[in-house]
Amino acid sequence: MKPVFVRPQSLTDKPFHFCPGCHHGVIHRLVAEAIDRFGVRERTIAAASVGCSVFLYDYFDIDVVESPHGRAPAVATGIKRTNPDKFVFIYQGDGDLAAIGTAEIIHAANRGENLTVVFVNNTVYGMTGGQMAPTTLLGQPTTTSPYGREFGQDGYPIKMTEMLAQLEGVGFAARVAVDTPARLAQARKAVFRAFETQLEEKGMGFVEILSSCPTNWGMKPLEAVRRIEREMIPYFPLGVYKERKGSDAL
Amino acid sequence: MPKLVIRDDRCKGCSICVEFCPKDCLEITDRLNPLGYRPVGLRDPEACTGCAICARMCPEVVIEVWK
Amino acid sequence: MSESKVTFEKGNVALAKAAVAAGCRYYFGYPITPQSDIPEYLSGVLPRIGGQFVQAESEVASINMLLGAGATGKRAMTSSSSPGISLKQEGISYMAGSEIPAVIVNVQRSGPGLGGIAPSQGDYFQATRGGGHGDYRVIVLAPASVQEMYDLTVLAFELADAYRTPVMVLADAMIGMMKEPLEEWVPQNPEPAKDDWAATGAAGRPGRRIKSLYLGDGELAEHNWKLAQKYERIRREETRVQIELPEGCELAVVAFGSAARIAKSAVDRLNDEGRRVGYVRPITLWPFPEEAIRRVAEQGVPLLTVELNTGQMVEDVRLAVEGRAPVHFAGYPPGYLPSPDDIYDEIVRRLPAGKEAA
Repeated sequence: MKPVFVRPQSLTDKPFHFCPGCHHGVIHRLVAEAIDRFGVRERTIAAASVGCSVFLYDYFDIDVVESPHGRAPAVATGIKRTNPDKFVFIYQGDGDLAAIGTAEIIHAANRGENLTVVFVNNTVYGMTGGQMAPTTLLGQPTTTSPYGREFGQDGYPIKMTEMLAQLEGVGFAARVAVDTPARLAQARKAVFRAFETQLEEKGMGFVEILSSCPTNWGMKPLEAVRRIEREMIPYFPLGVYKERKGSDAL
Repeated sequence: MPKLVIRDDRCKGCSICVEFCPKDCLEITDRLNPLGYRPVGLRDPEACTGCAICARMCPEVVIEVWK
Repeated sequence: MSESKVTFEKGNVALAKAAVAAGCRYYFGYPITPQSDIPEYLSGVLPRIGGQFVQAESEVASINMLLGAGATGKRAMTSSSSPGISLKQEGISYMAGSEIPAVIVNVQRSGPGLGGIAPSQGDYFQATRGGGHGDYRVIVLAPASVQEMYDLTVLAFELADAYRTPVMVLADAMIGMMKEPLEEWVPQNPEPAKDDWAATGAAGRPGRRIKSLYLGDGELAEHNWKLAQKYERIRREETRVQIELPEGCELAVVAFGSAARIAKSAVDRLNDEGRRVGYVRPITLWPFPEEAIRRVAEQGVPLLTVELNTGQMVEDVRLAVEGRAPVHFAGYPPGYLPSPDDIYDEIVRRLPAGKEAA
């Protein structure tokens, strides 16, 4: 018998601590597949972030450097600039990347750092207990927006992929989702492109992945999966927002 | 016939795989696993085509598919 | 000290040259007065010798770039001045917790807040108490001359690697911006191998984590004790102090950095005049030379602590003395830089009466 699907080699065998139905596990798997596919495990150094993704270093059999909250793009810049031969990726949630770490991601992107960025947007602070994130949708109740996010009070959900796609230093920017098999296949392609962007030295490869957070949304796993199509995709449109092709090097 | 290996001791019973199985051959079982969840099981091995959609959608990466 | 040459150099530039001599090829920083000579010099040199100079978007980003570089075992540094160092404390705490070697330079200006750009020693507490959150220490080296800006910077890189810990060079606007003769020398100590701990890509081995998060039962206590033992070893091995104690010493001045060099002129003058005044200059502010100061106090010698602030190191002096001798204080908050005459007067005022020399 031949394997149709087996656990990627770059994942350790440690069980995920994520809640039932949380998409972090799927996204971890996509990243691990990309590491295996491009054969970069032995030269990968990741910068982990703070939030539910903080235990990344337990799940990937690679070298990982922990970063303070929001600072992974800066930590990764330090790693990559001093080790240009290594493959460096960061994995951040929306609170980490789009709130406390906004300056770091924008300037790493603008400098055209050859980094791969996996940005998990689940519209909520997960690990701290479901507080409002910069990506929380209008009307969405959270533990710090109990009456629902209201623009006069909290502003609008931030669209990071659209913003970053404007920057010259970004070689690839896409928003994908992993809520259906078809979209998962697109997401896998996008993660692979974000890897290739770094390997081809075309600047930052950025993938935003819409993700569910059943626990903090107060939903069962399948309801949470359906919310992605119903509420998130209409506000956060999927697609490739930027792709630097072939010979247009950075 | 394709072979499905489910590490059901690590399944959290989210049922995403059940939902997306195109042949409807998976089900959430009645038993409890060591984590306290009701894990998924293969209800209809005959119907399984080994498409691996279940494995790809599984957030815990605990399903393997061989053919 | 082979291949030395003497030039007339600014303190900040001496420090930058020392970093290059020590094998540092990577700098991450953000402009702030009065340390900008350091990034200006290194932005010209590093790219031409295979290094990297990155002007970051903030102090926060630059310290975290340093964290990333240090985690891979590369000799790297950042520099800033007081308000910028406050912003860097987050990263310094993480580096201490993750045991990442790094060199951080603080060319102190004055605070609190935006304060001013005059020399000050107002960051003594911040530097010597760790500075950020958590139970940790940073090795703090206090140069008192342009030559020491060079010498202690080389030492900073060596200590950072030896103990896998952040090391701070605590200078100030005066030492940083004045010019003196500098004898450059080529460090001979080889950079230690870091393959056994650094993030280098998991080639032929399992993945490695450079981290400070410990959630398992008892893990964090164990980690904190491990750090504490390291700090104890540093206390034992790396405390540095300059002491000049004349026979029959009537009083000893304790001062570091800029204050020390100003005080030294006053001490020398008094000794020329026949008084017997001692001089104690902590070179490491952490670990603090408490043992040496205690020994001075045990001889019954009164101490006068001179600082460019309203009284910070004096607390450590009192802790070291533990009531064995009087501890006086002369403080000069930013805005007025004391002259040797000022300190001369302060010393004379405290000298035991009836013992004046002819």
